[in-house]
Amino acid sequence: MKKLLVYLKEYRLQCFLGPLFKLLEAMFDLIVPIVMAGLIDNGISGHDNDIIVSRALILVGLAIVGLTCSITAQYFAAKAAIGFTKNVRSALFKHIQKLSYSQIEELSSSTLITRMTSDMTQLQSGVNMALRLFLRSPFIVFGAVIMAFTIDVKEALIFTVMIPLLAIVVFYVMLKTMPLYKKVQERLDTITGRTDENLKGVYVIRAFRREKDFVEDFEEDNSKLKNVQVHVGRVAALMNPLTYLILNAALLAVVYVGGIEINVGALKTGQIIALINYMTQILVELIKLADTIILTTKAVSCGNRVQSIFDVEPEFGVSGVSEDKDRAAVLEAIKEGISKEGSYESSDATAGNKTDNKTDNKAVSQNDIKTGNKKSNKGKGSGKVKGKKDKSSNGGKVGNDSGSGEYILEFDDVTFAYKNAGAPSIENISFKVRPGETVGIIGVTGSGKSTVVNLVPRFFDVTEGKILFKGKDIREYNLKELRKNISPVFQKANLISGTVRDNMKLAAPDATDADIEKALKVSDSYDFIKAKKGFLDFKIAEGAGNLSGGQKQRLCIARGVVKKPELLILDDSFSALDFKTERRVRQEIFDMGLNTSVIIVSQRVSSINGCEKIIVLDDGKIMGIGNHETLLKECEVYREICESQNVLEAS
Amino acid sequence: MKKNGTIRKLLNYIGKYKVLMALSMLMGLIRVASALYLPILTAYAIDYMVDKGKVDFAGIKKYLVIMAVCIVITVISQWIMGLLNNHVTYNVIENLRNDSIKKIQRIPLRILDKFSSGDLLNRMGADCDQVGDGLLLGFSQGFVSLFTIIITLVFMIKLNWIITLVVVLLTPISFFVASFISKRSYNMYVKQSLTRSEQTAFINEILPNEQIVHGYSYEDRAIERFDEINDRLSEYSLKATFFSSITNPATRFVNNLVYAAVGILGVIFVIKGHITVGVLSGFLSYANQYTKPFNDITSVMTELQNAIACAGRIFEFLELEEEDEDLLADNLEKMGATEKAEGDSKSIGKNGSADDKKLVRTENSDGEKLAKNESADGNKASFENAKALGKKSNVNEKNTEILTGKGVTFGYDKDYPILKDLDFSVYNGRKCAIVGPTGCGKTTIINLIMRFYDLDAGHIYLEGDDIEKISKKLLRKKVGMVLQDTWLSHGTIADNISFGKPDATREEIINAAKSCYAHSFIKRLPNGYDTEISESGNNLSRGQKQLLCIARVMLVKPEVLILDEATSNIDTLTEVKVVKAFDKLMEGRTSLIVAHRLQTIQNADCIFVLNGGKIVEEGRHEELLSKSGFYAGIYNSQFV
Repeated sequence: MKKLLVYLKEYRLQCFLGPLFKLLEAMFDLIVPIVMAGLIDNGISGHDNDIIVSRALILVGLAIVGLTCSITAQYFAAKAAIGFTKNVRSALFKHIQKLSYSQIEELSSSTLITRMTSDMTQLQSGVNMALRLFLRSPFIVFGAVIMAFTIDVKEALIFTVMIPLLAIVVFYVMLKTMPLYKKVQERLDTITGRTDENLKGVYVIRAFRREKDFVEDFEEDNSKLKNVQVHVGRVAALMNPLTYLILNAALLAVVYVGGIEINVGALKTGQIIALINYMTQILVELIKLADTIILTTKAVSCGNRVQSIFDVEPEFGVSGVSEDKDRAAVLEAIKEGISKEGSYESSDATAGNKTDNKTDNKAVSQNDIKTGNKKSNKGKGSGKVKGKKDKSSNGGKVGNDSGSGEYILEFDDVTFAYKNAGAPSIENISFKVRPGETVGIIGVTGSGKSTVVNLVPRFFDVTEGKILFKGKDIREYNLKELRKNISPVFQKANLISGTVRDNMKLAAPDATDADIEKALKVSDSYDFIKAKKGFLDFKIAEGAGNLSGGQKQRLCIARGVVKKPELLILDDSFSALDFKTERRVRQEIFDMGLNTSVIIVSQRVSSINGCEKIIVLDDGKIMGIGNHETLLKECEVYREICESQNVLEAS
Repeated sequence: MKKNGTIRKLLNYIGKYKVLMALSMLMGLIRVASALYLPILTAYAIDYMVDKGKVDFAGIKKYLVIMAVCIVITVISQWIMGLLNNHVTYNVIENLRNDSIKKIQRIPLRILDKFSSGDLLNRMGADCDQVGDGLLLGFSQGFVSLFTIIITLVFMIKLNWIITLVVVLLTPISFFVASFISKRSYNMYVKQSLTRSEQTAFINEILPNEQIVHGYSYEDRAIERFDEINDRLSEYSLKATFFSSITNPATRFVNNLVYAAVGILGVIFVIKGHITVGVLSGFLSYANQYTKPFNDITSVMTELQNAIACAGRIFEFLELEEEDEDLLADNLEKMGATEKAEGDSKSIGKNGSADDKKLVRTENSDGEKLAKNESADGNKASFENAKALGKKSNVNEKNTEILTGKGVTFGYDKDYPILKDLDFSVYNGRKCAIVGPTGCGKTTIINLIMRFYDLDAGHIYLEGDDIEKISKKLLRKKVGMVLQDTWLSHGTIADNISFGKPDATREEIINAAKSCYAHSFIKRLPNGYDTEISESGNNLSRGQKQLLCIARVMLVKPEVLILDEATSNIDTLTEVKVVKAFDKLMEGRTSLIVAHRLQTIQNADCIFVLNGGKIVEEGRHEELLSKSGFYAGIYNSQFV
C-alpha cells in the first residue's frame, strides 16, 4: 500500500488543503459549545440582551464559515481521492501491459479484473474518507478534551480515562476485522471466477445439462462468501454498542462530578451543558472515526492486493511500453547498414512506414506493382491452379537470390523449457529462414510447433541457444522494435470489440483504408466484410460473436498482413477455414510481395506442402528439414503424417 | 417509475426476512427510545444542581441509576440490531447473486449474447456489493433515524411546544437541501456506473488477449484507450462524489442554525421562567439529535441512490425472459429422492430401445444401400425418390428419420438470416456431414439443433418430435456434441470427462479416456486423473483439451452425435485414432459432423453441402464428386 502513495503525489496540494479545511471546520465546531455556555450562563444570570444578540450572531457566523470550509474540504478530498485512483488504475493497467503473456496467465485474468475494478472503488472511497476524517475526527476528540480542561480539570480527567478505553475498543475491532476483509475479497474473487466460467462455458454446460450443478457450485461459493461477510459484520457490530457504553458511563460520571463541582461553586450549569455537548461530539466523531478505520482498513487491504500486482516484475527487462533509445539507435544503425548493402528491400519498406515519406511512397508503389502483377496473373490462371503455384515458387526464388546468405531469422541450437516444467518443450532447434522464404512447421500435438514460433516475438525467452532476427540476437532488440517487424497470427481468433478498422489498426496504426482493404482481400475477408453494414465501420461485438469462426480467423490473418511485416507467423491460423478458402488465402499471402517471410505452423500437410522449406517436429526435436518431395523420401515421421492425411494417394 | 419499481423488487428480496426485519426494527425502536430518554433524565439531574451549595445529590443519584439502566438497554438492543441487519443484508445479496447465476444459465443465448461478460461480471460483483452497502446503511440508519425523529418530537413536545415548533419548522430545510443534492448526484452515479461497466468490459477484453496485444505492440494504444475511459470515469466519479459529499456540510449548516435558534430562544424562555436550565440542556441535546437523523437519512438516501442505480441494473438482467419448461422439470427432479431410481429405470429402457434399433438397422442395411445406389447418379429428383422410399419404409419402422429440418430459417440478427429455408434429413444410424465454406452457417445448424437458439421459421424434428415441443433436457440428453471451442470446467480431469455423467465410475472414465486416446497423456500428468485443471486450462495443450472434450461425449454415449469441427485441433496422427474411436462410438448412433477436412467424411452416408445459407448439394462422397459441382470443387482444391 505504501508504494501506492506515490500516485497521490500529484495531488499533494489537495491532500494538504482538504484536511486543513476540515480542521478549520472542526475548530469552529469546537467553539460552538463554549459560545453556547457563555450564552446560557451570562445571558440568563445577566439578563443581558446584548450578549444574547452578539452570541447569536457569532453562532450564525460560525455556521456559515464552517459550511464554506467544509465544502472546500470535500472538494479537495474528492479531487485527490479520485485523481489518486485514476492514476493507480492507469499505472496498474500499464504495468499489466508490461507483464509477459505467461505472467498474466499465471496471475489469472479474473484476479486482475477484480484488482482493476472493485478494489479500485474501495481504494477510492477509503482515500476519500481518510482525507476527510482521519485528521478531523482525532482533532475534534483531542480538541474536545482540551476544551474540557479549560472548563474544569476534574471533569476533564473523566475524558482522559474515557478516551483510551474507546481507543482500545476501536483498535481491537479494527485489528480483528482487517484480515477478515482480506478473506472477503478473496472469496469475491472466487465468485467472479465462477461467474466468468459460467459465461464462457454456457454452451457446454447446457449441452450436458449441468446448469443445476454449476448453479449449486456457485451457490456454495457464494454462501462461503456470505459467511465470511457475516462473520466480519459480527465483529464490526461490536464497535458501536461498546463505544456507546463507555461514552455514556463517562456521561454519568460527568453529571455526578458536575453536581459536586457546582456545589462547591467551581462550575455553572451552562458549562456542564457544554461538557455534555463535547461528549456527544466525541461520540459522533468516534463513530465516524470507526467507520473511517473500517473503510481505510478495507482500502489498505485492497491497496496491498493492488500493490502485490505492481510487485510482479515484468519478465523481460525491455518492454514494449518504454522506449529504450540506445537500442533503438543501434537498431537504426544496423538497418542502415543492411539497406546500404541492398540485401533486401523489405527493411526499407518497413523503415519507410515509420518516418520517411519518400520511402513510404516507394513502399506503396512497390505494392501497386505487386498487386498489378498478381491481378494479371489471376486473369491468366483463373481456371488453372497450376499456374498459381508456379508463380509462388518464382516469387520465393526471387527472395532467395537476393537473400544470398542473409537470413531474416536463425534458430541456433535453441532449447526451451516452460517454467516449472521438468523436461524442455523443444530441444536443440536450429534452422534458418531467408527473406521472402516460406517455411512450414508440421508435427503432432505437443511436438512443440507453437513453442518454436512463440519464441520469435519473445513471448518467452529461450532457455539455451539463441535466436537471431536479421543477424542480431532478439534479446538485444527493444521489444517494440522487434515486434514491429513480426506479425503473429494465432489459431485462437482474438478480435477486439470495435470496428473492423479498429481491429486492423490494432496491428498497423498508420494503415490507410486502402491498406486495410488490400489486407482484407489477401485474407479473403473483403467480400463478407463488404456485405456487412458499414463495411470497415462494421462493429465487431465482444468476443466477435457476430462473426463465424472462419470469418474471425480470416480477419486475424488480415490483421497480421496489414502491418506489412518482414516475418509473418501463421500459427495454425487456417484451422477454421475450409480447404478452398485456405488455399486461396495461402496463395494470396505468398503472392502479396513485400518480400515477407512466412512461417506456417499446421497439422495439415496440405497447408504446408507448398512451402519452400518444411520443418518436421516430433517431441520437441527436428526430425527433418526440406521440401515436400525430399521429406517424403527421407523423413519417416513426415511420411506417416502424409499417409494419415491421404495425401499420398492424391499425389 | 423505474426507480420505484426497483425499490419494490428489492423489497421483495428482503421480504423473505420479514420476521428478522421486524425484530430489527423493534430493537431499533427500543434503542432509540432508551437513548433519547437520556437527555430528559440528564435535564432532570441538572435541575437538581441549582447553584453553589444547593445541589440535591440524592435526586441526582436516583436519576443516574435510571440513566444507567437506559444505557445498558440501548447497548444491548443496538448490538442485536447490528447482528440482524448483517444477517439480512448479506443473505439478500447472496440471493441476488444466486438468482443472477441461475439467470445466466437460463436465459436464451440470443439474449445472453447481448451482454458483454465484463458487464455481467460487474453487475454480479461491484453492483451487488454496492446494493449490500446501501442496504446495510439503510437498515442500520434508516429506521433508527426515522424513529429518532418521531420520538425526539414526542419528548420535545413534552418539554416545551413552542421551542419544538421552531425546531420542527427549521429542520425540514436540511431535508430539502439534501434531497435537492441527491437528485443531482443520482444522474452522475448512473453515468459513473455506466462508465465503470465500459471500463470493466475493456479490461475484460484486453487482459485475456494479451498475446495479441503484445504481438502487435498494442500496449501503448490499449493504455491510451484505457486512459480515455479512465479519465471519463474519474470525471463522473468526481462529480458524483463531490455532489453527494456536499450533503453533509449543507445539512450540518442547517443544524447549526437550528442549534443557535434553540439556544437563543431557550435562554429567553429561561429568563422569562418558562423552562428550567436543565430543560434547555435537554433541548440542546435534542436539537443536535433531531437534526442528526435528517443528516443520516440524507446520507442513507445518497447511498441508496447509488445502490438503487446498481440494483436497477441487476434487476434489468434478472428480469430477462427465461427459457421455458426446463425449470419446472428441474424442480420436480429436485423434490424427489426417487430421482435415482427413476434414472436407472430410464437407462435400462434406453439400452433396450437402442438394442432394438440396432437390430432393425442390421436387418435393414441392405435396403438402405439399395436406396443409396438408386440415388447414386446424383440426380436431385432421384434423390427425392430415395427420400420418399425412406419415408415409406419409415412406416415399417425401417430407415427412420431421426433428425429432420424443414424450412429452417435463422439469423443471429433476424434481419440478416444465415440459414434460409433449409431442409435436411438424417436417418437413423447414419453418419452425415455438413461441409461448406466458412461462414456459411454450419455451426449455426448445431446451435439450432441443440436449441441454444430458436428458429426464426421452420421446424427441426428429433425422432419425429418438434424439438421446440420436447424438453431441452431430454433433447440434450439424446444429442451429444463436441464444439470447436474447447471449454473445460474447473475441477479435475476426471470431473471433466464425467461432465455429462457426474456419477460415472472411475473405470468408466478411464475407459472413455482410453477409447479416445487421452489416457496416455492423462496418466503422465502430475496427479493423473485427479489433476486439477487451472482456471484457463493452460496446463493442457489445445489438442489435449480437445481430447478431453471428446472423452466427455464418449462417456455419455448419446443417441445422436454432433461434432463441430471436433477434430480440428488434434494432429492428424491422433485424429485418425480419434476418428476410429468415433466410428466405434457412432455404431448404432446417428451422427452429424461439421468438417473441413474432407477425407474424414468420405465414408459418410450423406454429405450436405452448404453455401450461402442453403444446401446446394447432398449425397455421398462419390455421388457428389461425379457431379463435378460445388463439392467437387472444394475437394479437388485440397490436392493442388
